[in-house]
Amino acid sequence: MSGALLSFEHVTYHYPESARAALSDVSFAVQPGEFCLLAGLSGSGKSSLLRAACGLAPHFHGGRFAGRVELAGLDTREHGPARLGSFAGALFQDPETQLVTSTVRAELALALESRGHGATAVARGVEEVALALGIDALLDRSTQELSGGEQQRVALGAALAGRPRIVLLDEPTSQLDPVAGDELVALLRRLNQDWETTIVLAEHRLERCLAAVDRVIALDGGRVVCDGEPQAFAQWASDAAPALQTPGAKLFALAGLHPAPVGVRQARAALRARALLPAQDTTGASSDPVGPADPPAARSRMRRAKRPPAALALRGVWHELRDGPAILRGVTLELAPGESVALMGRNGAGKSTLLRHAAGLLEPTRGKLERAGRVALLLQNPGDYFIHERVEQEASAEALAQVGLSDAATRSPRDLSGGERQRLALAIVTDTCPPAGTGDSSERLPAPAVLALDEPTRGMDRLAKAELAAELRQRAAAGQAVIVATHDPEFAAACAQRAILLADGRVIADGPTAELLAGGWYFATETARILGGAGGALLPERGAEILRRSAPVELAS
Amino acid sequence: MFYRRLASPLHAARASVGALWALSLTAASLILYHPLVLLALLLGVLGAAWGAGVGPRLTRSLRMAVIVALPIVLVNVLVSRDGLTVFARLGDLGPFGQGNLTLEALVYGGVIALKVTLLILVTALAGLAIDPDELLRIFRRLSFRSALTATLATRMLPLLSADSQRLAEAQRTRPGGARGGARARVALLSAVVAGSLDRAMDVAATLEVRGFAATRRSTRRHGSLRRPLSRHDIAFAASAVAILTLALIGRLTNVASFEAYPQVDLPLNFGTLALCVALLAAVLLPFCDRRGIEP
Repeated sequence: MSGALLSFEHVTYHYPESARAALSDVSFAVQPGEFCLLAGLSGSGKSSLLRAACGLAPHFHGGRFAGRVELAGLDTREHGPARLGSFAGALFQDPETQLVTSTVRAELALALESRGHGATAVARGVEEVALALGIDALLDRSTQELSGGEQQRVALGAALAGRPRIVLLDEPTSQLDPVAGDELVALLRRLNQDWETTIVLAEHRLERCLAAVDRVIALDGGRVVCDGEPQAFAQWASDAAPALQTPGAKLFALAGLHPAPVGVRQARAALRARALLPAQDTTGASSDPVGPADPPAARSRMRRAKRPPAALALRGVWHELRDGPAILRGVTLELAPGESVALMGRNGAGKSTLLRHAAGLLEPTRGKLERAGRVALLLQNPGDYFIHERVEQEASAEALAQVGLSDAATRSPRDLSGGERQRLALAIVTDTCPPAGTGDSSERLPAPAVLALDEPTRGMDRLAKAELAAELRQRAAAGQAVIVATHDPEFAAACAQRAILLADGRVIADGPTAELLAGGWYFATETARILGGAGGALLPERGAEILRRSAPVELAS
Repeated sequence: MFYRRLASPLHAARASVGALWALSLTAASLILYHPLVLLALLLGVLGAAWGAGVGPRLTRSLRMAVIVALPIVLVNVLVSRDGLTVFARLGDLGPFGQGNLTLEALVYGGVIALKVTLLILVTALAGLAIDPDELLRIFRRLSFRSALTATLATRMLPLLSADSQRLAEAQRTRPGGARGGARARVALLSAVVAGSLDRAMDVAATLEVRGFAATRRSTRRHGSLRRPLSRHDIAFAASAVAILTLALIGRLTNVASFEAYPQVDLPLNFGTLALCVALLAAVLLPFCDRRGIEP
């Protein structure tokens, strides 16, 4: 491991009062200038590994630590996070908790001031990092006013201000829209290539960054289970860990193609070489020989069909802030019972505001809303719902059973995993009986006519997302209208029949998901990008079907 | 009710000058007693708030100030036994003696209430228009960690406020809406406290990796960076000096003299009116120059 910037030697780590090892016999070394991706499901140890690398584990978190971690030649058992911070910048999941001062300039200056730099060096450092990250226009803005994407960039800027040799990032794109997420990954790649900054990035949405990295370290149960180049990882995931497969790799695996691709460009090149690349047709109308899900025809059917009374209707809804901008500008849309809709758009497009109007938390300044019944709204942070000490106090036994949490009834809501917390919050908002001990349990509320979810997949791994998508499809099939605000095209494709694209408070596109997410650059699934939108295929299963029918002989052989 | 960078001359001035200007207003409010002069100062502060773009937010503070000020007047009228002009007799109040309410007590209570209102408004204006980070950075030369801790406190307050709003909103989305009653409020409060502890842990971890524990004071050899005085720095510094000078003139001469007891003595002459106009001008003139104020 000589010359390594970061090395782990047989590291085993237990958090305080935890019997389960968060890291178990982990060994690897990262050389200067490498761009490493940490892959793994929730709870696999990615965050713990990053915290051990920057010395927070064990210095800050405590617990039992065995083995040896060296960062820039410093043993983390002997040097604390403050000393290690001279060489490593760290960015964790929630940017809001990492902005500790009131203005962007003060935030970027803090790390330099903490290390005793003089005023000139601080001013220069702030200016340079702001220019490098394109946040120079934000320097005098209050940190409270920043959007999620801007907060994430500023937090990254604060981590980079001291010109660290290595940057450790824990799911930095989890709160970003597809555009901002791709921009951040490109920015990291530029930092890595231009300045040889070593990067270790933990991420769930592997398709977003696999093509940009040099190496992937996959973790499972705190152990390293794969360590290799992206190509080798993609193949390993296809063979041994389908939950970590990118949609592109899954598409190839289902179509019987090898090797698994690590990005859209490589996948398209492989298909082109085999003459399998369907003619690019973003409408999906003509190139698909299969034809059962012809999007324009589906849209036409949607229009012609006699629609039942709307579960939710917004008619010319405006939301205008006093002394501020209009967040929604004349939004008109209807949701039929049993319809599932994905609401997409950039950060700040008005998605959350629209859902708050739907649930009656906000009143339109103009326009009107009609609801066929109760609208259950699940807000972004499930933890905001938990005010009791036990799960059974939060929701009725029936609601807990419906989301599969009966066994967790006596646990504390704060001890649940991310996916379980999301399910408990869902049980709370869709509950039809008052929870035990809070009133007359015989008094039932009507089931919600509409279920609205605001960014429910933040920080979720692929398995948890698949479970949630299945739950939402089930609820839609039972007649509930479902509307989900999401940045994740793969999740939108998995759970919604219809997609609505918002921009600047206006609906700019509204149509079948297969059409809307097949033809875009950013608001498109990886399968759609690989196949160029052919056949309106959004998910690997359907894409593979198209590929198999395009060249049945070759794929069969 | 927290600082936000806006396009205004006061926001454009450096925090130290802004603080000096606010201190001069505070001093003037404490030094002066003449009701008309205090009213002119009040008008000036309200005008300054509009000039700084925080008028509507300061109006909320004014409402709170009125709630604080009214009891002051009431208590002074009921408690004070000074003054010769009785306007109501409440009779024998046992151990409290004769309940004679006097005009002098009413006027003096009004003056104190006016001063309290001014102090509240000046504090609110400073809080809204002077960057706390920049202000606290001045004190970092003395104690980096203490000043940074104070900075964190100023940042945590709006965050906790946002947290409690978010939690309350989440409770409203529960079936049947948020539950009322003391028990529900206590549950909500404990959730906010638990959340704030989590948040404090995250902030502490962030500070650790940013080198808070390795804090070293910068030395001269690292060089210093002098920020040139802007036109707004100069204007507000001059305004602060003018306000203080006028307040001292009003106090030391008879121009703004005022006696409440034993009988109200409220001279009103050209000098008093000139002082009012001069104070108003000193407070408001820096807001007239709106060049270079964009954040």
